[in-house]
Amino acid sequence: MAADVKAPPLRPFAEPPALVPGAMQASKPYVASAKMQEAIGFPGELTEGWEGRALDKMGELLGKYRSLRVYLDSCVHCGACTDKCHYFLGTGDPLNMPVARQDLMRSVYRRHFTLAGKLFPKLVGARDLTKDVLDQWYSYYNQCSECRRCSVFCPYGIDTAEITMAGKEIMDAAGLGQKYSNEIIGKVHRIGNNLGLPGPALADTLEGLEEDVKEETGVDVRFPLDQKGAEVLLVTPSADFFAEPHVDSLIGYAKVFHAAGVSWTLSSHASEAGNFGLFIGSYDQLRTIAMRIREAALELGVKRIVVGECGHAWRVAYSMWNTLAGIGAGGEDDFARKLQSQLDSRYKQPMHICEFTHDLIGRGALRLDREANDHRVVTFHDSCNVARASRMGDTPGGQFEIPRAIIRAVANHYVEMAPGTTHDATYCCGGGGGLLTDELLDLRVKGALPRMEALRQVADGRGVNFMATICAICKAQFTKVLPYYGFKMGMVGGVHQLVSTAIRLGEPR
Amino acid sequence: MPTIEVNGKSYETDEEGYLVNLGEWNEDVANFIAKVENVDMSQNHWEVVNFLRKYYDEYQIAPAVRVLTKAIGKQLGPEKGNSQYLYELFPYGPAKQACKIAGLPKPTGCV
Repeated sequence: MAADVKAPPLRPFAEPPALVPGAMQASKPYVASAKMQEAIGFPGELTEGWEGRALDKMGELLGKYRSLRVYLDSCVHCGACTDKCHYFLGTGDPLNMPVARQDLMRSVYRRHFTLAGKLFPKLVGARDLTKDVLDQWYSYYNQCSECRRCSVFCPYGIDTAEITMAGKEIMDAAGLGQKYSNEIIGKVHRIGNNLGLPGPALADTLEGLEEDVKEETGVDVRFPLDQKGAEVLLVTPSADFFAEPHVDSLIGYAKVFHAAGVSWTLSSHASEAGNFGLFIGSYDQLRTIAMRIREAALELGVKRIVVGECGHAWRVAYSMWNTLAGIGAGGEDDFARKLQSQLDSRYKQPMHICEFTHDLIGRGALRLDREANDHRVVTFHDSCNVARASRMGDTPGGQFEIPRAIIRAVANHYVEMAPGTTHDATYCCGGGGGLLTDELLDLRVKGALPRMEALRQVADGRGVNFMATICAICKAQFTKVLPYYGFKMGMVGGVHQLVSTAIRLGEPR
Repeated sequence: MPTIEVNGKSYETDEEGYLVNLGEWNEDVANFIAKVENVDMSQNHWEVVNFLRKYYDEYQIAPAVRVLTKAIGKQLGPEKGNSQYLYELFPYGPAKQACKIAGLPKPTGCV
């Protein structure tokens, strides 16, 4: 598999690393095949004329997204972002400084879209879009997890993630796509989820989980699929059906629904919360993928839509579903009204599973045995998209407080990691944004460095042995990279995994 | 497309060494892939690989980790029905490495 994966040593003090120019130049993900590209509407390959296609797309995006033009125009190279990126901290490659990553596109923007760059390219650092430049884009825009930590520290609020997304969209339009993301998007359209799990396999898996939970608790906890007239449609990442530790959170959601006495269902049509259209910056893909949730909600006649533990899915759901799919309040057109009239407006639409559980805990509706988690000393890793691109509850910062409040309600031992590594300054797990693929393992291990340093501190100092998180990517990424830093892979898990351990079933109280 | 040579016949694989045409799989191919992966195939490895193929035949996907551990626990004894045991057999992860040897496509997504 991935050759030469090397974890950098943990730093005793969080100093910026020594620069290693070109260190990660060779890092690049597999290119999508022509078949994968064409299946989702992109040119198959970088054929003749790709430069024109790329620049046309760039012009289109600059016209469509005012933000992109502002970001490309307004940077003053102050340097505030330079040491904020986990990939820079882990690799020392100067092109992984957010400003340098942006400049890969800024230079081309200046050459082709500004007067000064057209007339005096050398004076303003403008470059033609050549194959060499494109190769650099492919390498370094696939070393940004779109986590937006740098934008928190930028005095102008420049969002590198949006530039990375534009970069990927331009490359897709030219015929250069990334295999991991684009193959998965094809599977969502073809089969209904990122995993490629067909309906019958999903039904079989859920049946197995019902048996398991019955064996463990003696209670008939159901995992309903395609049940018309259920109150809640749960949309969750397909990894929850398939992988560990993800599945333990799915069991947790089911137990919470059971204990609350709320009828719920999964959908085989919308058996995926994740929306990789976000990662590749494609509005069309974002919308088509989000529409599946709308279709399932209408088909099943549900009153509420709840989203499981998936970071970027919650960003899309919370911030974009209202306009993409007519889910959520505020839309006045027929498209939005159709679903709004079906959904129960007394509840948040959509709602995060943490909001759902937190509300029940607040009302004393769950019986929780904190001691059941006494073998764990828990910390919480804020996932980037939840932390910096969404909210939960009714007050600012709810997305930080609600998951923590749940953990404290189900476990006696909770420890925070160092300030500056959590909340809105949280470090990415190192695998987000469409980089969670085996051929990028070296990058992923290196990008996890700052989080591993913060974890090491509380593991050694406070005995932390469990890092809870609410994102399928974070869970899969940490499971893989923790051993490179001397931790056990089972040390990461979901917030609802902890809920699952503590909850006592039986008649709802 | 890369290929592997087994017994004088060549088989197409993807960049990561997963077999492209699932129908071409046979035990010699499995042994060859296992060798590349540094996996020494024992009877217990074969139990896993055979179960994966049987499940895939029915459902067109590899089984979820829990489905697999439960099935292996039934066949090889409850002390082996856990993912830790599967990681001992397939250190790179039962889902991906065992699928590769069984000639199945790689599970994708956040796994």
